[in-house]
Amino acid sequence: MDNKTVNQKAWFFILPVIILVAFNAVIPLMTVVNYSVQETFGNNIFFFEGVRWFEQILNSDRFHAALLRQLRFTAIILAIEVPLGVAIALTMPKEGVWVSVCLVFMAMPLLIPWNVVGAMWNIFALPDIGLLGHSINALGIDYNFTRQPFAAWFTTILMDVWHWTSLVVLLAYAGLRSIPDAYYQAAKIDGAKPWAVFRYIQLPKLKRVLTIAILLRFMDSFMIYTEPFVLTGGGPGNSTTFMSIDLMKMALGQFDLGPAAAMSLIYFFIVLLLSWVFYTLMMKDEAR
Amino acid sequence: MSKISLKNLRHSYLPNPVSDVDWALKTMSLEWSDGGAYALLGPSGCGKTTLLNIISGLLTPTEGEIWFGDEEVSTTPADRRNIAQVFQFPVVYDTMTVYENLAFPLRNRGVGESEVDSKVRQIADMLDLTDTLMTRASGLTADGKQKISLGRGLVRSDVNVIMFDEPLTVIDPHLKWVLRSKLKELHQRIGTTMIYVTHDQTEALTFADQVVVMQEGEIVQVGTPVELFERPRHTFVGHFIGSPGMNLLACKLDRGQPVYDGIPIRISNNVTAKDASSRLEIGIRPEFIRFADNGIPVNIEKVSDAGRFTIVETRHKSDVIKLLVADGGPVPSERAFLTFDPDHTQVYANDWMIS
Repeated sequence: MDNKTVNQKAWFFILPVIILVAFNAVIPLMTVVNYSVQETFGNNIFFFEGVRWFEQILNSDRFHAALLRQLRFTAIILAIEVPLGVAIALTMPKEGVWVSVCLVFMAMPLLIPWNVVGAMWNIFALPDIGLLGHSINALGIDYNFTRQPFAAWFTTILMDVWHWTSLVVLLAYAGLRSIPDAYYQAAKIDGAKPWAVFRYIQLPKLKRVLTIAILLRFMDSFMIYTEPFVLTGGGPGNSTTFMSIDLMKMALGQFDLGPAAAMSLIYFFIVLLLSWVFYTLMMKDEAR
Repeated sequence: MSKISLKNLRHSYLPNPVSDVDWALKTMSLEWSDGGAYALLGPSGCGKTTLLNIISGLLTPTEGEIWFGDEEVSTTPADRRNIAQVFQFPVVYDTMTVYENLAFPLRNRGVGESEVDSKVRQIADMLDLTDTLMTRASGLTADGKQKISLGRGLVRSDVNVIMFDEPLTVIDPHLKWVLRSKLKELHQRIGTTMIYVTHDQTEALTFADQVVVMQEGEIVQVGTPVELFERPRHTFVGHFIGSPGMNLLACKLDRGQPVYDGIPIRISNNVTAKDASSRLEIGIRPEFIRFADNGIPVNIEKVSDAGRFTIVETRHKSDVIKLLVADGGPVPSERAFLTFDPDHTQVYANDWMIS
């Protein structure tokens, strides 16, 4: 039996949310969709172009190169930050005053604004006066991140690892702390070695937080802009021009609004698709 | 397999215990004979889990010794003590199948695969887990998982004692009974010493041959279920075991005879004049009180039906006295007199039964 009261006035209650979401998400996104199918020569006159910009972007070498660069960067930082974060979380103290000290220490990089991180590392890595850059050169290794693509990549990755590993550490630490003692006690009685404890208790129990950590790091690193922009400006050449830097060059540097809009939509769908695929894969076991 | 002896055991979680309350376990000595079914019964926080963890080796006692047979194991780590433990919340290795879970303790000890296989299948059969052997352990229900925990202890042939730390806490009521009879059956079949920790008297009394009752870190009585019921050595045992618990009535001594509010009471234990200075109480279980033509005058306050019997709550001045009347037995309406069965009436001095 259906006893629900029908009252269409209830719609008014969700009106504020609709307005809010419309103004901060739907309308801006729709203007991008609008640009992506039109061409303009100024004077606010637009011509409909259909999917031309999408075809152009998807077939351009420049886009392929930026996408490849982006995938490579994200893969590298995930491969470093996730295992490193878990390893650090495992070595952190479990109780006592040092817990707070470690947590505060870990949280510090996360609190620094992104452009400040970029500026800090820029100075830090300068080959002549920067502590890092100068030290590497003093070791006899020729290092100059403004001229060598490899050095630029190395510095960018090191910066990202420094900035974001803490996030994985904090999530993994919280996950580890929530494992009941009984698991460790049972493992002890069963004669499990430390590796087995990690493999069969800690890692499975960390699965959920690690899924979150990997998703967050994937999305954030895939959309990285400020830090490499301040550090290398996308150079030398195009070697560290990641997707969002490339997008900005196209949209604001060249003012190609149509292709830039098409590219941002493609970009958006790639992030969405990869996140979905990844999440589905990670959660597949859970459903069984 | 061997007997387990605790010698002058004492434990504190604090680095420098000073006063009495700092000790989670107060000095105790105890022997558990080989093959027995024991229960550790007490309210939450009485130290039963601490004692269990000391026996299993997860905790090292502050003072005292633990012996397994002729070997002192006080400082031996848990994995070399040959014990098994089932925890309050089921512990299974989520990513492994039921089979792998059961094989885990054997494989960790380097047992050959063919022996692992036969042992796992034998135990799975015993626990009715054969059908689910190849499924993931994480998909099982709580009682299934608890069986796996138990199975991991049973597969090892060298186990001295299997310990249960309130293992039925998360099990559905209708399955508790099934699992409990399964445990009892297993104990009879394999004869390993079992120690069962619980705060539920029904679980303790149905499972164990010997029940150890604990309160505030102290063992107050060790005995068979019948002994605990009929001769509680401590008032705590009196009201913790039994439902409703034992009635306790303040009394005085008059020429060596206990007197309750001017009425002499016949008792089963011997009181001497030297007890007169202690706080004296008469303890009588509701099961052993009857209505009579004379005795202690009471008012009937409340009558509640508990199935096979009726619980009658009566009042004499400020004391509430509860008694049980067999179903259908007559219950007076307002005023009545009570008599106590002298064989089951004891006097307690400062909470301990005078013997």
